Amino acid sequence: MNPSFSSFLYLISAVCFIMALKGLSSAKTSRSGNLYGMIGMTIAILTTMLIPSVASYSYILGGLTVGGAIGFVIAKRIKMTALPQLVAGFHSFVGLAAVFVAAAALLSPATFGIGVEGAIKASSLIEMGLGCAIGAITFTGSLVAFGKLQGLIGGKPLLFKGQHQLNAVLGALIFILIAGFVGSESHMLFWLMTLVALALGFLLIMPIGGADMPVVVSMLNSYSGWAAAGIGFTLNNHLLIITGALVGASGAILSYIMCKGMNRSIISVILGGFGSEAASNEGTSTQPDDRPVKVSSAEDAAFMLSNARSVVIVPGYGMAVAQAQHALREMADMLKKAGIKVRYAIHPVAGRMPGHMNVLLAEANVPYDDVLELEDINSDFGSTDVAFVIGANDITNPAAKTDKTSPIYGMPILDVEKAKTVLFIKRSLASGYAGVDNDLFYRDNTFMVLGDAKKVCEEIIKSVD
Amino acid sequence: MEVSSLIERIEKLKVALAEINNHANKVEASLRQMAQTTEVSPTDPFIMGLTVFVLACFVGYYVVWKVTPALHSPLMAVTNAISSVIIVGAIVAAGPVEMGTSAIFGFLAVTLASVNIFGGFMVTQRMLEMFAKSK
Repeated sequence: MNPSFSSFLYLISAVCFIMALKGLSSAKTSRSGNLYGMIGMTIAILTTMLIPSVASYSYILGGLTVGGAIGFVIAKRIKMTALPQLVAGFHSFVGLAAVFVAAAALLSPATFGIGVEGAIKASSLIEMGLGCAIGAITFTGSLVAFGKLQGLIGGKPLLFKGQHQLNAVLGALIFILIAGFVGSESHMLFWLMTLVALALGFLLIMPIGGADMPVVVSMLNSYSGWAAAGIGFTLNNHLLIITGALVGASGAILSYIMCKGMNRSIISVILGGFGSEAASNEGTSTQPDDRPVKVSSAEDAAFMLSNARSVVIVPGYGMAVAQAQHALREMADMLKKAGIKVRYAIHPVAGRMPGHMNVLLAEANVPYDDVLELEDINSDFGSTDVAFVIGANDITNPAAKTDKTSPIYGMPILDVEKAKTVLFIKRSLASGYAGVDNDLFYRDNTFMVLGDAKKVCEEIIKSVD
Repeated sequence: MEVSSLIERIEKLKVALAEINNHANKVEASLRQMAQTTEVSPTDPFIMGLTVFVLACFVGYYVVWKVTPALHSPLMAVTNAISSVIIVGAIVAAGPVEMGTSAIFGFLAVTLASVNIFGGFMVTQRMLEMFAKSK
């Protein structure tokens, strides 16, 4: 195929990708957006296969079939609650693919038209090195994130002395190695640089704890985009550059939104160790734990709910863990039938990835319009009879507004304390992820219902009946 | 006699040299002009790439801010799928006539990217269907 014509087709494919993202601006247009994405990808793949230098199809078709089949099966079988780790795992693939493409370009530059072996253009070498380094960091970083989300690695942040210094040294080392690689085109330096980048990805994500995962997953999403763009520069392919920039920007914006939702700077998340910060605070800010807590049964909760006029449900990661979304929706339907106004309040960082709660509620067929974002519902808590907090904690903690010493100070919270009654569905009275005691537990209008979120919902349904 | 003929020959040589000098100057001038035009006319591919990159960052910025927060999970899934467009590079690596190590890397990259492409779009589709149903 004529190179100008293939560039033109790549442009169409890039436009399709932009349309895919644009489609997500509303639920109505989102599915046609996804279709645009698929069309764009199909055009990109077919166009590339028709490039004259691509002459042998066995590897390509083999890879497409094997990879496609694996992807298809995973996507069909995956449970919606396992979505965050799936996305993290997928990011790692993009990272590794970037490393492989960079390596292939190094070994056979003539195939990509960037020079001959031993005399690759310096600019291509820089881009190759950077693309490969970002890809390698994305790969191991995403693997660690996957392990943490899947529970293979402890969610607790791993911290050791001199960690940040070590990471800084490794980061600098990557640049030095890239510089050496550009000067010499030495394969040894290239692989050494890749190894250092792999180690850095691992070390960067290890110290970051579970509840910071929404930021980490978005950040890795962004990295995978930058890696693709880096490879695009190497191969001088505008489609890769455009798509990489789109994905990179998207991940960066999501990271920003997540950081704002926790009132943490991206730097402090990257430096990690939320849990340890809280631990050092425990001595000063923890209140005596022996204050009275009102524990009530599911029957009592059912009574309170059925006597309410308006209920706001606040879901958190605990709901995802217990897979309580279906039972919760049944409960809400029952209350609605009784004429009670039921709505859901979503905190931006509830769960383990951006929009995690929305997906789970959608899976349980919760009407789209009943689910409200923090800023849309926060002023309504004052006129709410029952705030039903299920598997969430830190995102409701008033200490974020009042206690300057608290590690979550400044985080926007859902003002559940303004509701007439607050019901907390929790497995235990333990503090939340941030290790901060929640003052709400001890208030007069708060009732704790201890138990598995799903079981509690089912019991409430029985009692209301 | 010998001296005068020598002088005459030197005179002729001088004329010839002047002509050559003139010629050389002309060639030099046109060469310089050529060098200048080749330096300017085809823009450095890196600058072209950078232009596209920066513009695409802006497009991404404005498009992604428009995405409704409820759909942030599908956004991650679909961006993940489209970032696998890196398969384009992988296909080129895997497709030359003579197979070598680089083609093996290409094959591996095609496989990984395909998992993402099929998996990513499928999962996005599944999520969006749920949102459509829950209307």
